[in-house]
Amino acid sequence: MGLTKSSTGSNLLANDLEFLKNDSDYVIALAGNPNVGKSTIFNNLTGMHQHTGNWPGKTVSNATGNCIYKNTNFLLVDIPGTYSILSNSEEEEIARDYICFGHPDCTIIVVDATCLERNLNLVFQTMDITNNIIVCVNLLDEAKKKKIHIDLKRLSDELGVPVVGTTARKKKTLNSLMDTVQKVCTHDIQPAPKKVIYNKYIEDGLSKIEKVLNAEFELSSDLCRWIALKLIDDEETIINSIEKNLSMSLSNNKNIQNITNEVHNDLEKNNIIKKHLKDFIVSDIMHKCETICGKVCIFEDENYSRRDRKIDKILTSKKFGIPIMLLFLAVIFWLTIVGSNYPSQALFSLFGWIQEKLLHLANFLHSPEWLSSMLISGVYQTLTWIIAVMLPPMAIFFPLFTILEDLGYLPRIAFNMDGFFKKCCCTR
Amino acid sequence: MTLNDLPLNTKGYIQNLNCNENIKRRLLDLGFVKGAPITPVLVSPSSDPRAFSIRGTLIAIRKEDANFINICFNS
Ligand SMILES: Nc1nc2c(ncn2[C@@H]2O[C@H](COP(=O)(O)OP(=O)(O)OP(=O)(O)O)[C@@H](O)[C@H]2O)c(=O)[nH]1
Ligand SMILES: [Mg+2]
Repeated sequence: MGLTKSSTGSNLLANDLEFLKNDSDYVIALAGNPNVGKSTIFNNLTGMHQHTGNWPGKTVSNATGNCIYKNTNFLLVDIPGTYSILSNSEEEEIARDYICFGHPDCTIIVVDATCLERNLNLVFQTMDITNNIIVCVNLLDEAKKKKIHIDLKRLSDELGVPVVGTTARKKKTLNSLMDTVQKVCTHDIQPAPKKVIYNKYIEDGLSKIEKVLNAEFELSSDLCRWIALKLIDDEETIINSIEKNLSMSLSNNKNIQNITNEVHNDLEKNNIIKKHLKDFIVSDIMHKCETICGKVCIFEDENYSRRDRKIDKILTSKKFGIPIMLLFLAVIFWLTIVGSNYPSQALFSLFGWIQEKLLHLANFLHSPEWLSSMLISGVYQTLTWIIAVMLPPMAIFFPLFTILEDLGYLPRIAFNMDGFFKKCCCTR
Repeated sequence: MTLNDLPLNTKGYIQNLNCNENIKRRLLDLGFVKGAPITPVLVSPSSDPRAFSIRGTLIAIRKEDANFINICFNS
């Protein structure tokens, strides 16, 4: 990908943040799956302009901005979207390191109301690291369109953390989010996450390792459990970054090595081999997500997704998929070219009229011939000509493209074209 | 049998993921865990990526990757 750690800002950690924190009261992290509207929330709260877009992975590095709410200054950190923080891709590392070691006063996890189940996965993974979590159920308008109702109160009870519903595009809906953020920061609300209880053997192992960790280091109980989990999981990169950021030495500590090996042996006796450990952990989390979703999501219209599916079927069918796509693009280009003729012409005549006046003015001021011709017929004319030709098509093309994007047609194009792209790649 | 052999609009259950660590993790993150129900619902024009409905979302997977996913009919 060509993104080095320094360029993506993954080392925007403790030191840098201390510096930024100076003039803000609290630091808030915005995490969540890709394409759930984190940057939209960030922009609306900070008034900044992070790129947003309807495809996953738009944001690749942490961005920070300030937001003042009720005389309190919050520093918001927009984290790249990830489905998980268990794995090791670049973005996940940035997200995980920030949530673990950046010490935000609270972490908002933005989830997509239209596919809550998949999104809860990250919520539970984050709960293993920190308690100060707020879950923000975004895209409520989309969910409403799809006739999905989510019982936010119940969700909050099930998770043990505050839950706020928002529609990020409407600024007003973000007030209750900031309200909750403030209350969590001032400890008026204390989230008490109901963490996932893993399979019995894993839990036994965890408590054994936790005991030793507690004896060796001074750690908060959440962090202890999380580090124990990582030791069982034997995640080298994560362990390395724990050692680096918390300046503790795990892999050289005899007691910890011994207990970890012991636990691994115990697990193996119960048919949990190290290689499959992650499957057990993930499926325990997934199972919990499934149960909770079953309780809080109400699908009011089973037919909706079927209707949606039908449209998809046409848009991606063998016969019509590609022709429809070409038709769409042709219409866009046609509208752009034909539609921009008129404003182009209008601009031409406007600029022409101004040019005449400018020449009069130059005569009136008795400016030398060479100067006025260079400035007016040279610089002015070329510049306005470029504007008249370029501006109208752009002003038409981009909004049209934005509409296509909002309709979610671009992923369908990608789906249609994937085969071709791959064929192209293979011939290289 | 693998995910590629599962006919359109038939429900199958994931049995195991038979692939390298990186792809496996990605698939796990997306909810491809043992026992999860999965249904192919769309085929792209060139018939290569197929889209699957899993956990209430739609995910497109290429044939070469779907080959690693073993499926059975009862959970
Ligand atoms: N209808 C609707 N669309 C929204 C809402 N919130 C965000 N969007 C749209 O969702 C798309 C994705 O938003 P982003 O803010 O870029 O998502 P992100 O979470 O930052 O994505 P990554 O940076 O890729 O992780 C954009 O097209 C937004 O306009 C919402 O509440 N309702
Ligand atoms: Mg973003």
